[in-house]
Amino acid sequence: MTHGLPDPRIPTGPLADAWQRTREGLPLISPLRKGQMDVLVVGTGLAGASAAATLAQQGYRVTVLSFHDSPRRAHSVAAQGGINAARSVAVDGDSVSRLFADTLKGGDFRAREAGCQRLAEISSGIIDQCVAQGVPFAREYGGSLATRSFGGALVSRTFYARGQTGQQLLYGAYQTLMRQVELGRVQLLTRRDVLELITVDGIARGVVARHLLSGELEVHTARTVLLCTGGYSNVYFLSTNALKSNTSAIWRAHRKGALFANPCFTQIHPTCIPSGDVFQSKLTLMSESLRNDGRVWLPKTPGETRQPDSIPKEERDYFLERLYPTYGNMTPRDVASRRARELCNAGRGVGPGGRSVYLDLTDAIKAEGKDAIAARYGNLMTMYERISGDDPYHKPMRIYPAPHYTMGGLWVDYHLMSSIPGLFVLGEANYSEHGANRLGASALMQGLADGYFIAPSTVTAWLAGTPAEDVATDHPACREALESTYRRISQLLNSEGTTPVNSFHRELGSVMIDRCGISRHADGLRQGLEQVKALEQRFEVEVRVPGEASGPNAELEKALRVKDFFGLAQLMLRDALAREESCGAHFREEHQSDEGEARRDDVNFAHITAWEHMADGEPIRHSEPLQFTALQPSTRSYK
Amino acid sequence: MKITLRIWRQRSADQPGKYQTHRLENVSRDLSLLEVLDQLNEQLISSGERPVSFEHDCREGICGSCGFLVNGQAHGPRAATSVCQLYLREFNDGAELTLDPWRAKAFPPIQDLMVERSAFDRLIAAGGYCSTGTGQAPDGNALPVGREQATSAFSTATCIGCGACVASCRNASASLFVAAKLAHLGQLPQGQPERARRADAIQSQMEAEGFGSCSSNLECEAVCPQEISADWISWMHREKRH
Repeated sequence: MTHGLPDPRIPTGPLADAWQRTREGLPLISPLRKGQMDVLVVGTGLAGASAAATLAQQGYRVTVLSFHDSPRRAHSVAAQGGINAARSVAVDGDSVSRLFADTLKGGDFRAREAGCQRLAEISSGIIDQCVAQGVPFAREYGGSLATRSFGGALVSRTFYARGQTGQQLLYGAYQTLMRQVELGRVQLLTRRDVLELITVDGIARGVVARHLLSGELEVHTARTVLLCTGGYSNVYFLSTNALKSNTSAIWRAHRKGALFANPCFTQIHPTCIPSGDVFQSKLTLMSESLRNDGRVWLPKTPGETRQPDSIPKEERDYFLERLYPTYGNMTPRDVASRRARELCNAGRGVGPGGRSVYLDLTDAIKAEGKDAIAARYGNLMTMYERISGDDPYHKPMRIYPAPHYTMGGLWVDYHLMSSIPGLFVLGEANYSEHGANRLGASALMQGLADGYFIAPSTVTAWLAGTPAEDVATDHPACREALESTYRRISQLLNSEGTTPVNSFHRELGSVMIDRCGISRHADGLRQGLEQVKALEQRFEVEVRVPGEASGPNAELEKALRVKDFFGLAQLMLRDALAREESCGAHFREEHQSDEGEARRDDVNFAHITAWEHMADGEPIRHSEPLQFTALQPSTRSYK
Repeated sequence: MKITLRIWRQRSADQPGKYQTHRLENVSRDLSLLEVLDQLNEQLISSGERPVSFEHDCREGICGSCGFLVNGQAHGPRAATSVCQLYLREFNDGAELTLDPWRAKAFPPIQDLMVERSAFDRLIAAGGYCSTGTGQAPDGNALPVGREQATSAFSTATCIGCGACVASCRNASASLFVAAKLAHLGQLPQGQPERARRADAIQSQMEAEGFGSCSSNLECEAVCPQEISADWISWMHREKRH
């Protein structure tokens, strides 16, 4: 343990090809022996489906758990814009080292450089893999793969399938997974909510899952467990995440000893359709690829009442172009979000409550024609029209930032193993390559890199080096996990309140977006912590969870999730309070330059924070120092 | 606005179901129909009644979880729209909406508006893929795919697996779902080696699951949230089977 952490197992020697060297040094297992080893994969998004299919292909007996009725529903399906890969085919000078540098720099030097390098090296192979599966990427007329440039990048390295890239990549992984199901190598268990991790002698050996139709609690044991359960933006209630996305699997693992890294690093996406009514249940993302052709602006005059098309150009403030001449409308997500919020707070916003800014495609439509724009963004334009009731071909869209992605997650070492031996964490659920801020089109890249290429090697290495007996499902550790899960469910069902879960979740979300959203300060964070504690206490007494433990019970599912969000929310607030600097998506108002730009503190905070849960008392903050050899920390500037 | 919801309530597959009517006053026109159900459920919970069960998740029309009949139409009256994207502004003040689950032999009922659609997964498992393993892929540019070909394959690959095509067909046929998958992979060079086997395997599985044969009334195309053309069903029928 260094600084209270396990060894992160970062490779030594030159950064380039470090992954290749690591992989070649990892032990292997004969295919025959693999057939006797059970692997549990939780989640069927890009990370989970790709890992499960690849591990099954290697010969392991894989069991996959998903809370959906089908693996194809996982929220990766909603990713729109694209997937980055450094293929150096275009003539704009892209390369592995540029993608590496952009990822590290975009994350504001709060990620491990070895991880960023590996991601950039693997990226190209991901595209080949997906093409072989039949993913219908956009093509040039000559038949080669098309690319576009994407938020935060100056090169064209984003591969895409119209505005439905996540859907197409997920279906590629899903179909590959279903092939393994058909071959009998994967046992697919749908409608299972994972509610507890089972550890035996400190090693992850299984999970407790609730069958969402029968309500029955089940124990599943294996040699190793992979959590691929996505991010936790739903702590904010209103976010771009699907409604069932949650933190429960990683939060229960955290309570069992897995360190939680940088929980306060949450990304607020600048281009979302703003909220209106109190019963609105989610915010819908408009891919930021729209910023390639769209111009973001606000009226120069506060309180402007004219329709946007009657405001002349000279009375419009294209504020991103004004403030960031090099990047303009392509300025990274966190910067764009913050500027929008500041201007709206200053009374310059448009729409209901002045909580939105214009994203205007009319110049692009004039220049290229409606058909060209429709070909690029057709589905996004339709979606906007459906939700808002306005036609974006004729009227600028209204957008506002919304919680979208969480860079924080369970701490993992270079092998993607958490601080609980035998527990691997993949995709958005882990803390890894995105540092304090993720670049656009990098989430799909990371999920698939973890699932197709990294975990299959490192999970094998773990299993090769750790002989173990099978764990019977009536092992004391399983019984104890099962009983504690029963108790949690009974407590919720026996609460004698009258208030629905949603009402508490909404309240939690409003505290979190206010205190721990786009902009944070110490007093607010402290007050937020008190508010969340008080709200959790009220939840215990006042919530009503109707129905029984058996049978379908959506309210019970929600109550279990919201209960876990209360714990996570407090950890996020603590983490944001302890990180006395501004970096990436974490903006502390106390730490900014005179011009309002983030002020990072590399002397005191060039580290990954990893929180240890304590059964009694406050969590303990550990830190993993970050070393930079290939690229020295510089101030992020998009001017 | 005011709205009346007449909702099919059924506790489980082995119990009889019936309609229950709820009147909601003062609901915002800017809510989606699912958000109105959320609002209704909060009222039901507070008054100690069982909330309405319905499938949903992403609420932006892409995950394919949601789906029920609104006044007899799968996903409601608006074209190219799944029910999570159906907003009250589509309806007149005081409208009465009858909500029914998908009804098809291959989609057994679960509760209220929820049905089991795992038959779709078994159709994909039967052959809806290219048999390629991780790490075996050639360069993605090795096989050129013309832009029009890629666009056409994409237009069939967009199917979200919601089941509206089945629910709207008087034979409860999965022809559009299957045709879309066969056309997606059958139009791309990667899909050629297994093309005939795939067509055979999925169509056999379709019969085994209890889906009917194509009724030729094209309702599937009319209700498809992704606007997948029923022409692909004719295309499928021209595909060679073993």
